[in-house]
Amino acid sequence: MLVYKSDIVHFSWRALRGYPTRTFLMLIAMAIGVAAVIMLTALGEGARRYVTNEFASLGTNLVIVFPGYSETSGLNPVAMVGSTPRDLTLDDAQTLTRSYSVRRIAPINVGSVNVSYEGRSREVPIIGSNYELMELRHWELAQGQFLPKTDLDRATPVCVIGGNIRNEIFGAQRALGQWLRLGDRRFRVIGIMGSEGRSIGVDVQDTIMIPVASAQQLFNTPSLFRILVEAKSRSEIEPVKQFIINTIKERHQGKRDVTVVTQDAVLATFDRILGALTYAVGGIAAISLAVAGILIMNVMLVAVSQRTAEIGLLKALGATPRTIVILILSEALMLSAFGAGLGWLLGELGSFGIRQAFTTLPAQAPLWAVIMALVVALITGLLFSLLPARRAARLDPVLALSGR
Amino acid sequence: MIELKDIHRNFQVGDQQVHALDDINLNIKAGEYVSIMGPSGSGKSTLLNLIGLLDQANTGQYLLNQQDVTGLNDEEQAATRNQTIGFVFQAFHLVPRLTAFENIELPLLLAGIDPEIRKPRVEKALLDLDLTDRSHHTPDQLSGGQRQRVAIARATINEPRVLLADEPTGNLDLKSGQDVITILEQLNANGITLIVVTHDMNIGQRAKRRLHMVDGRIESDQT
Repeated sequence: MLVYKSDIVHFSWRALRGYPTRTFLMLIAMAIGVAAVIMLTALGEGARRYVTNEFASLGTNLVIVFPGYSETSGLNPVAMVGSTPRDLTLDDAQTLTRSYSVRRIAPINVGSVNVSYEGRSREVPIIGSNYELMELRHWELAQGQFLPKTDLDRATPVCVIGGNIRNEIFGAQRALGQWLRLGDRRFRVIGIMGSEGRSIGVDVQDTIMIPVASAQQLFNTPSLFRILVEAKSRSEIEPVKQFIINTIKERHQGKRDVTVVTQDAVLATFDRILGALTYAVGGIAAISLAVAGILIMNVMLVAVSQRTAEIGLLKALGATPRTIVILILSEALMLSAFGAGLGWLLGELGSFGIRQAFTTLPAQAPLWAVIMALVVALITGLLFSLLPARRAARLDPVLALSGR
Repeated sequence: MIELKDIHRNFQVGDQQVHALDDINLNIKAGEYVSIMGPSGSGKSTLLNLIGLLDQANTGQYLLNQQDVTGLNDEEQAATRNQTIGFVFQAFHLVPRLTAFENIELPLLLAGIDPEIRKPRVEKALLDLDLTDRSHHTPDQLSGGQRQRVAIARATINEPRVLLADEPTGNLDLKSGQDVITILEQLNANGITLIVVTHDMNIGQRAKRRLHMVDGRIESDQT
């Protein structure tokens, strides 16, 4: 005796509709579980993609050279601060252009000086670098030109200013061609940065850029803060890194005193951390699915005891134990399927809401999380109703019908 | 049709053994009209459940249609109940969320019969029992008599050979009860084997064969 599938579906559907409060509460429980998984993974994934995008805006195929080296690899506070017995110099930077694999380099020097123009003055962070920096970082100019293409050691008195600096110092006046006083020197404004110039840690809009040699004079130091090196391609990154380490070592009397970090390595680290975070929050949310599964088990157990007489009757009418199991399971499966569907909808709506509220965060649950949430919902629903279903199938019809 | 040989059925109640059926030997031929009477706890319902394959004997043999059904497994028992036996209960046992039509349809649905074939059969059953205008009503919208008629339609939809009725008039007023008995007797007249368990002497006396049970034994068997 094989009951028609359409009949099973219809029968379960009638059973669900027959107890609307119970069905509604179960749907909510299941939906919250699924929605939680989808929204939390959406947040995790959003954070991961946000960080990835930020790193991409830093430049491509980038290798960063810090002065100072400690035996533990990777980023460390000492390397970041850059206290070192031997400085990175402009000559070091110049040497690095000799490799065929290196497309361009930009030595960086940073500091902060008092900037004044016609009586107005303020403290401004200064970046000393060369004309390669703009290409390397994918910046754009709003007006004028970037730092001139000259030798690294030539201290030209020109500067490129950020948009905010321009507004604060010059207001509505024309800025290009004006002379700014930085500390005790005068620089002519030759360019203004476009609004695209933004990347982690530095807001170009609030800085002034001058040639690296000028910066060294201004801050009275021969050392560089770091050197940015762009490899010709992704596969050249590792050779470039080795080349830098060996070259600097040679120049520094065989002492390895620089830290070389590839952008890829940093990015990969963040990617791993945030990826793990997404898995973790997804896993935590999946626990709520398991809770929903246990709720389904409870409800189905109650349903079986509520409907004892009905199950006894079905047996008297010729339902096999297998049919009873199938009927109970299909009811639970429909319940979980509707709940999961509802949760999916809620989760995607929630993610959409997050995207609307925080436009910089691309919160979108990854496909694997959506599929996992739905599959886990169905499996828990099914698994946790096996026990009630088997209990129903084993009911003694005589006892069940007598209501004892 | 129904042959019971040396049937014993014991229940464990607390630390006491209760002999619900004590050495029952009974032969019922096809088309008979049998009533089973007796005081509460005399085993008449247990006997009916056993005949209906809802219960199993501890010892003894049960032949239904010359076939030994004592050792059937769950699936085979279910199939036999579905095809050969119809039940009418005192408490009707209709599924409350299903309409009269759907309740009557249940045995056909469980037998895996095509919905297209089911429909005319259920409609004919509704017509036979004067329930056509109640087809889409749920049990709580029906009177007691109508509910029991739905139950009878359901019990007979698969055209079983045996109809077992356990106190079919117990929850009905006199008039509805008489209607139900009339319907059952008509079915018997058309050839179905009818076995009615009842307290009610008036109803019991109408049967052509009357069994009286006391303490799990058949005390008298009158025709």
